[in-house]
Amino acid sequence: MTTPPGTAPAPVVDVRHLTVRYGDVLALDDVGLHLAPGRICGLIGVNGSGKSTLFTSLMGLLTPQAGSVELFGTSVARARKDGLVAYMPQAEGVDWTFPVSVSDVVGMGLYGRLGTARRLRAADRAAVDDALERVGLSSLRRRQIGQLSGGQRKRVFIARSIAQDARLLLLDEPFAGVDRSSEHTMTALLKALRDEGRSVLVSTHDLAGVPDLCDEAVLLHQRVLAHGDPSEVLTHANLALAFGPLPADLSPGAAPSSPNGAP
Amino acid sequence: MDLLAFLLEPLQYGFLTRALAVTVAAAVVAAVLSCWLILMGWSLMGDAVSHAVLPGVALAYILGIPFAIGAFAFGIGAVALIGLVRSTTKLKADTVIGVVFTGLFAAGLAIVSATPSQIDLMHILFGNVLGVSAGDVWQVLILGALTLAILLVKRRDLTLLAFDRTHAHVIGLNTRFLSALLLGLLALTVVVGLQAVGIILVVAMLITPGATAFLLARSFDRMLVIAVVLTVAASVAGIYASYYLDISTGAAVVLCQALVFAVVYLVGRPDGVLWQARRRRTKAVPSGTQGAPSGTQGAPSGTPGAPSGTPGARLRDA
Repeated sequence: MTTPPGTAPAPVVDVRHLTVRYGDVLALDDVGLHLAPGRICGLIGVNGSGKSTLFTSLMGLLTPQAGSVELFGTSVARARKDGLVAYMPQAEGVDWTFPVSVSDVVGMGLYGRLGTARRLRAADRAAVDDALERVGLSSLRRRQIGQLSGGQRKRVFIARSIAQDARLLLLDEPFAGVDRSSEHTMTALLKALRDEGRSVLVSTHDLAGVPDLCDEAVLLHQRVLAHGDPSEVLTHANLALAFGPLPADLSPGAAPSSPNGAP
Repeated sequence: MDLLAFLLEPLQYGFLTRALAVTVAAAVVAAVLSCWLILMGWSLMGDAVSHAVLPGVALAYILGIPFAIGAFAFGIGAVALIGLVRSTTKLKADTVIGVVFTGLFAAGLAIVSATPSQIDLMHILFGNVLGVSAGDVWQVLILGALTLAILLVKRRDLTLLAFDRTHAHVIGLNTRFLSALLLGLLALTVVVGLQAVGIILVVAMLITPGATAFLLARSFDRMLVIAVVLTVAASVAGIYASYYLDISTGAAVVLCQALVFAVVYLVGRPDGVLWQARRRRTKAVPSGTQGAPSGTQGAPSGTPGAPSGTPGARLRDA
């Protein structure tokens, strides 16, 4: 909460010694994470490595057993109220039959700063239009969301965070079910957002897009196994720790099937 | 018979005019609420709350207080009890709902049977809309207007809650409050609907209009309008059917709503079942392809282990 005067701006994400347990299962063990403004960070790990739990903690949806989470040098609750955080759900987490149009969904990014009835004024509708323009979905704005392709669906949610003017974007498996060309479009879009000083945290178990997109990478398996430049993090030895021994690679010590992870 | 005379004849009876007013008002409120209820995956919750109010109604009759107070108290109590048991056990939501509402319903039956002379069970269970007093009409109109006003003012928040609860939380909305609000309004709507069709059939008014509108609508506001228009038509048709065919009013109204649903299911939109069948016949479908033109195809999931059905999981996050 207190940044010494004259130093760099408060980190976007400041997680310290975070420990989360679900009953007997240790989901996160003494996790630390530091993310500066204007960075794209890939959060890499297998299913069950704690990526979702870390996201859930960043959104203030659970109380950790130990440790602290701060966003923008303040509490998660304050950052939420200020509309600084946006979340893009996984494709499986969305009801694609829901009767909302593309522009309805983008407009939902603005609700935090609208009046009780959340009525969009002219300026708000302009913000929705701009966001749709940026992600290239203006012509599909009236479509029901289920009528879009996998990549277009993802871009709707990116547009929602643009309309919201969020400073931290949490993207949960953004490249699942997305074809290569859409992935390129999204990568360019996210980099443009990064260049405006926004920060992006991308959770993924798909390594292919990471070096191209991310400025830094975090390898997670209950603990932070490595954090740094993607080329340093995505080494065979590290990946073996996080994903288990790869074929033709014999790294010692990894026990990926045990719920408590690597020793 | 002259059409005008056909329409006007029942209205010369005060009890039928009152029945019409109560039924249409209750049906409109229930139809609006039903749009959120089915999108939240809370249909069973509607069933539960409507049954669980029986002991409240019975006690209110015995104590001589307005039955709406007893019904509302037990409706809220049932919701709270379901929430409590859900959060303190590992049972799934539908299981807890089943246990709680049947237990409360049985308690209500026991109370009624212990005091047989005071209460007409059939009227509570199946409604007594032809016997409502002017005071009952006002009660329904006021409670209905209150419920409707809150629903409409908060409609965008409630829609966001149903569509993307996590986003609602992340942008600073109070999702617990919104869930509780929707459940409280559900209890109020049940109280309003009881007068018209009774405990057993009120759940139809809470589910069928939303379900019908969902098949037709591509936007939420249109879904609301369709649900209201169709439910008003079904309610009026039901009252007239009840008068001319001499059948139970509650049953006639609910039957008309079910008929509207059936028609929409068969011929509504391009995805009506009859049109689909016709397309299949006219187009020779090459064998081996999965002929599923429903347009609801889920995105290919990237996670192999977890393609579980999402709709059922929604209440569990609540």
